[in-house]
Order: sequence, then structure tokens, then C-alpha cells
Amino acid sequence: MKRFAALFEALDATTKTGAKTAALADYFRTAPEADRVWTVALLTGRRPRRAVNSTELRLWAAKAAGIPDWLFEESYTVVGDLAETIALLLPPPQAFIDISLDGAIRSLIQLTGQPVEARKAAVLEAWAGLPVTERFLYNKLLTGGFRMGVAQGLLTRALAQATGVEEATLAHRLMGNWDPARTPFAALIEGDAGGDARPYPFALASQLEGVPEALGLTQDWLAEWKWDGIRGQLIARPGAFALWSRGEELITDRFPDLAPLADFLPEGTVIDGEILAWHPEENRPLPFAALQKRIGRKTVPKSLLAAAPARILAYDLLEDAGKDIRDLPLSQRRTRLTAILEALPPGLPLALSPGLTADTWQSLAATRATAREAQAEGVMLKRATSTYFAGRRRGDWWKWKLDPYTVDAVMLYAQAGHGRRANLFTDFTFGIRDGNELVPFTKAYSGLTDAEFAEITRWVQSHTMERFGPVRKVPAELVFEIGFEGLQASPRHKSGIALRFPRMLRWRRDKGVDEVDTLDSLRALLKAAG
Amino acid sequence: MSSPVLTFTDRGIYCPPGDFYIDPWRPVPRAVITHGHSDHARHGMESYLATTQALPVIRRRLGPITAEGIPYGEARKIGGATVSFHPAGHVPGSAQIRVDVGGEVWVVSGDYKTEPDGLAEPFDPVPCHTFISECTFGLPIFRWEPQLQVMNRIAAWWAANAVLGKTSILGAYSFGKAQRLLAGLPGIGPILTHGAVEEMNGVLRDQGYPLPGTTRVTPEVTGKSHPGALVIAPPSALGSAWATRLGPSDEAFVSGWMAVRGIRRRRALGTGFVLSDHADWHGLNDAIGATGATRVFVTHGYTAPFRHWLETQGYDAGIVATQFTGDDVEPAGPEA
Repeated sequence: MKRFAALFEALDATTKTGAKTAALADYFRTAPEADRVWTVALLTGRRPRRAVNSTELRLWAAKAAGIPDWLFEESYTVVGDLAETIALLLPPPQAFIDISLDGAIRSLIQLTGQPVEARKAAVLEAWAGLPVTERFLYNKLLTGGFRMGVAQGLLTRALAQATGVEEATLAHRLMGNWDPARTPFAALIEGDAGGDARPYPFALASQLEGVPEALGLTQDWLAEWKWDGIRGQLIARPGAFALWSRGEELITDRFPDLAPLADFLPEGTVIDGEILAWHPEENRPLPFAALQKRIGRKTVPKSLLAAAPARILAYDLLEDAGKDIRDLPLSQRRTRLTAILEALPPGLPLALSPGLTADTWQSLAATRATAREAQAEGVMLKRATSTYFAGRRRGDWWKWKLDPYTVDAVMLYAQAGHGRRANLFTDFTFGIRDGNELVPFTKAYSGLTDAEFAEITRWVQSHTMERFGPVRKVPAELVFEIGFEGLQASPRHKSGIALRFPRMLRWRRDKGVDEVDTLDSLRALLKAAG
Repeated sequence: MSSPVLTFTDRGIYCPPGDFYIDPWRPVPRAVITHGHSDHARHGMESYLATTQALPVIRRRLGPITAEGIPYGEARKIGGATVSFHPAGHVPGSAQIRVDVGGEVWVVSGDYKTEPDGLAEPFDPVPCHTFISECTFGLPIFRWEPQLQVMNRIAAWWAANAVLGKTSILGAYSFGKAQRLLAGLPGIGPILTHGAVEEMNGVLRDQGYPLPGTTRVTPEVTGKSHPGALVIAPPSALGSAWATRLGPSDEAFVSGWMAVRGIRRRRALGTGFVLSDHADWHGLNDAIGATGATRVFVTHGYTAPFRHWLETQGYDAGIVATQFTGDDVEPAGPEA
């Protein structure tokens, strides 16, 4: 853990990507090989199963620190991170354990499923023998949620520097379902680890900020709907049928209704597309909310399969007849994709995401304005000559989204954030007018600058009317413009309405509480959205 | 029972029998001041009373004022109250204020720390019936390492930067923390100072506090003219054009708040050293225990949980609200 802790401290002590890359590259050259594999795994979101739940951790830690549970919770509220709270609260170590990252994780893996006494004893022993940073990292292994400020691109760059393998190649090799406990470092780097179902890195579009005219001729671009579902990659290879989410999660089993595709797609086909819930009769996508009901479930009940069957609208073809075609121009990939889809028998839950034809940007803008009726979020623009690149690269793929819905609302409650925003009031509950009352209707916690959050924090501190644990009730005075992407009826919300992706667009210092919008205006929007 | 020794008003802590205020935040006729930090010694009082050691800094910061200084431990009769100052260990000249009315003794801690730092007059517990304690770091997550270890860590960082040809810039409050660093760090290279820090150095040197030699940063002074230098500057100078002008450098911030990673990252400063002029959790508890007080009021900091904690420890505990921080902590706030 000592070497890993030194890496963590080096990464944490700088905000410069150059210094981070250098620290990581050095680590990938010199750390024990098994530790390197685990480090790649942790930084790409692959974690061992949790051996201990967080309730157990809190209780054990409070006891070991000699403080009551309520004081532990107060401390946690301030620190904003469970692993760090525990590391700070425990008394300094008396002895020192020297254990490698690999050793620590393997012993944690062995702990899963053991009786509580055995797990507790092991955790307490580690706490007693690790210095603060190592203790913090050990706790991070226990609690999950490892974030070290290392983006995927930075990781592959550092690995590329350390190994001499090209970045894009490495990015692909790190994908898939490899098991860090069984994968030697060399196998990972040489690409022997991901298995037959290994996906390609997703190509990601950037937000179009200016006008589309700046992109040149309309004819050089492929336009299509930006569907409001889950981006996915469908793999049909000999011996492997898999569906991956963009977060590199294997979701094949969540969508049994897509399984028939395995029998009909040609061997060696990889498709990038959008998974949508589909209206069984009207042959159109259902709102995202219908899909959301399915996402959280490991097994989907039959009634839901019938009411909201899944369908993929295909955007792109990455592998054709077992050959990686990502370097072909998009227009050629689309031609091949169309050919594959046309050869499929009718009735399968897979179709082409149709291109939107337009002679001018102006006519495309008119089409885009109808996106909500088509159940889309806007329009995608992709350069016809573009390759299927890895990750986010500006220039060839653009999201041209609709402007969000907006509503003016007043802050009713405030709560401190976590992590970087611990001790700063950033999580707000907003109300809108319903007759003479203010009804809480949404929460939001992003969209303002650090300076604005700091100013609001001081305001909340001096205007607290009541406390409910970490939540402060404040006078209904501060008005914000809330943006959101959609809305749906929700019996669980007091207002009867749930917003999709709510965030603060602006602090409306010019507006007072008498100028906030009404619940009726939201109800009207809901009705219009169908 | 007669009227209380001290009451809490919207101008600050007030002593009715002596008709004076302690660290008031609005203009009052008579102010008794714990120390020279700007959230304690404010403008606009008709008269000021502080320790002899604290007065030069207060005068420098507030300009022409009517003020008197008295030595630590000397009793001063003000109306029906007897007042004396006792070392708080926070910064040079800082004091706890003892108020005795007819044998009933209250002590106002001001800001304090229990570990001697080699420069400020070391904290001295004062027996009392009622203790009014700050609790800036009143949660058990705050546990300071011995000063020597932190100084060694800073020295190692400085030395490593020097090897790389980089200037080390330390962000530290210009009165108190900056001089504590000067007095506590080993002399492994030239030490440069920002004007705000050097001004306070001058005041303290004139008083006879032992500080090593320093060079004020002027346009001619850079990392080139002073290779391997350590620069001590107010936190606001970090990342500024003033700092950039010094050449290749590495910056770090010295504060008790650096103990929490989220706060460190919010400041977008890489390196943070955990060194505070306030007591940590154990320091607060030890100091309160040492007074023998049965009643404790807490102020400045995590007052709600700390008061609750003191109650569970058998104290009669309350909260004194302060105007400027509500009853909360502002990590970006004043000297910590």
C-alpha cells in the first residue's frame, strides 16, 4: 500500500495533468506488476465486491475512535467522504503493516461472505496498522467509489508512456470484462485480457456551442436524432453476444428482449446504437421514464417487457465480418450497417437510426425544433468522413441539443455537498407557487460557480431557520432559474411531477419570491409532453 | 443570584458590572481585545485594552486609536469587575481574558492553541467557573501532528523544490502563522517574504520576538536572484501574478483546514500542510478540562455538535452566536 499511497499523494498534490501523467507513468514502470493491474482496474471503475457494508464500517469506526455514533455522523457531514472520515477519526497507528495493494485487495476478496466477526477483526487490524493515507485508501477499497482525479485519457496516456504501446490501441485493450485478480500486467497491455465480448471505446460527441453554419456545408454532415435512451454497444461474435452500456457495464441480461438478435446478426458484428423503450403498438420510442423503470432491475418482469419492450436504433458499425472498420469513413460504415440491417428478417428489435435529410442548416434547424415530438433530445451532427475515434475529440461529432425547459423557483432548503464541496451548501430544494403555497418540487446541485456557492453558503449560515440533521430550512428569498430536459408525472413527489436532469441555470438576483413560476405552468408542460 | 458576569449582545460579549465589551464587532466605548487578528480587533472603538505584547500589531492595523496595554497576569479593576490577561498560545501577544466579579470567575478564551509553538507565549490554563471557548476545530476529525513533524515535512518539500530549481511559495496568514513558520523552519535556504508578511515581521522584531532574517520581495527579487528560496506570502497571493513573477515555483497552503481533502481540493491547491494556530479536538477538550469550569459556552466553529458533546461529558454547555460566521464555520474565512 505504501507505493500506491505515494502515487495517490503525488496525484492528489497537483492539479497539473502533466505532473499527474508523469507520476502515473513512473508508477506503471516501477510498481509491482500485480499492483499495476489493480491500479488500472481501480482507475477504470473495476472494483472488488464489497466485503463490508457502510453501516458496519460506521459502527466499527465510531467504536474504535471512542466517539458516539451521532458525533461520527456530524464528522461525516463535514468531511463528506466516509473513507476519509474514518481515516481521520481513528487514533494514529501503533504498529505498521507492510502490505502490497494486491495483497490488501486479495485479503478483502477472501473476506466476502465470511462471518461478521472475521470481517470486523480483519478491518480493525488493518486500521490499527496503517498510516492515515494508506488507511484512507484501504477504506476506499472497502467502500468503493474510487476517484483519484484521473480521467481515462490521462490513464491511457500514462500507460502508453510506460509501455510504448500506442494510446488508442491501449484504450481498446483496457475495455471489456477482464478480471484483475487473474490478469497479468503483460496480458492486459498486449490485449489478451478482454475476452471475446470486449467492446470498443465509445466515440463521444461534444456540445455544439456556436451556430451550425460554422461547420461548413450541410452535405458534408450526417444528421440524425439524438435519441433519449441509453447509448450501447452490441457485440455479436462467435461465442459471444453482449450488450455494453457507455459506462462499460455489461447489461446483456437486463434486456432479454434483445437476445433473439444473437441468432440473426452475422458473426463478427459490432453495432453502436441507442437502447430505447418502444411503444408496442405505435412504433415509436417511449419517454425515457419508461426505460428508466427497466434499468434499475436485474430481472425485468414480464409485464414490463410487454409494456416497454426494448429496441436498438443503430448509429454505427464498428466491426464487420470480424474486421475492425473504425478507421473507415462514417459514410462507408453506414452503408455497411444499412446492408446488415436490411438483410435481417422483419420483426427484430433492431433498426437503423434514420438520417435526417436537409439541404440547408436552416431547414435542419426547423427539423430540430420538432425533436420533442419525435421523443428526441435534439440532433446529432457527424462528419461524413469521420473515423470512429476513441473517447471525446472535438471537431467531427457534435450534439446539437434543444434548449432545456426552464422555470423560476425559490430555494426552500439547503444541504452541504460531499467531497470537494463538503462544508459548502450546494444541494438545494426548490419550491414553486401553488395557489398561496410554495410546494417543494425539485432538487438541484449544479450549475453555479464556486464563488456563487460560497456566497450562498454564507447566506444560508446566517439565515438558517430550522435544522433537520444536515438540512437547513431557509427563508423563501433566493430565486433561481432551473433548467431541465423533461418531466413526468410522479406520485412520489409532493408536487406530483418529477423533472429530468434539473440544474440551476442562473441565480436570478433580480427576481423575488413573488415572481416564481406556478405548479400549473408545469402541469401544462406535462400535458403538452404527453 | 446577581446579574451574570458576562452577557451576549449584538455588539459582542458584554460585562455589565465593568461596562466593557470583549472583542466587540460594533463600535463601543470600551473594548477589551484578546489579540490582533482583524476579526477580533476591529475599527471604531472609543478605547482599547489589550496585552502590552498585542498592542503594537493592533496599532499598526487600526491606525491612531486610544489604547492601553498591560502585562500578562496584571489585575485591572474596571468598574465592578477585575480583568486580567493570560497567554492563549494563538499568536504573539494573544490572551485569554479573565473577568472576576465578586469571586465569580469567567474566562473568555479568544482564539487559542495548546501546543507551544516556540514564538507565541504558551497557553496557560486559567481556573474559572465559566469558560467561553472557541471551537473552530471542534470535531474529532481534527487531530494535529506535533509541530516538529509538520515543520520537517515542509522543510522536505522546500528542499525537494530547491533541487528541481523551483521556488517554494507557502501561503500563510501574514500575522501569526507566517512568523511561526519563520521561527520553526530550519534555515536551508534564503527566506523571502511578501510585503504584508514583512510588515508584521517588522512589528514583532521591534518587540524583540526572535525571527530569522528575511528579504522582502521586490521587483529585483526572483527565483533567479535567490535560488532555492522559500517565499512566505498571504494565501491570496498564491496563483497570482505576483507569484508567477518569481519564476518556476511550487505552491502550498498552511492551515488546519488542509486536514480535509475536500476543502483542500476546493481551493484547487495541490499541496496543503496541516498546521493550525487553533486547538484541535483533544486540545479543546484538554483546555476545557484544565479550567475546572462546570459551565462552558462555545463560539466560533462547530458549535452545535461541540456543545452537544460537552453536555454528554457532564458540562452545562451553551452556544454564543457570533455575527460574522453565524454559528458555522467558514473554511475560507479568517486566520486558521
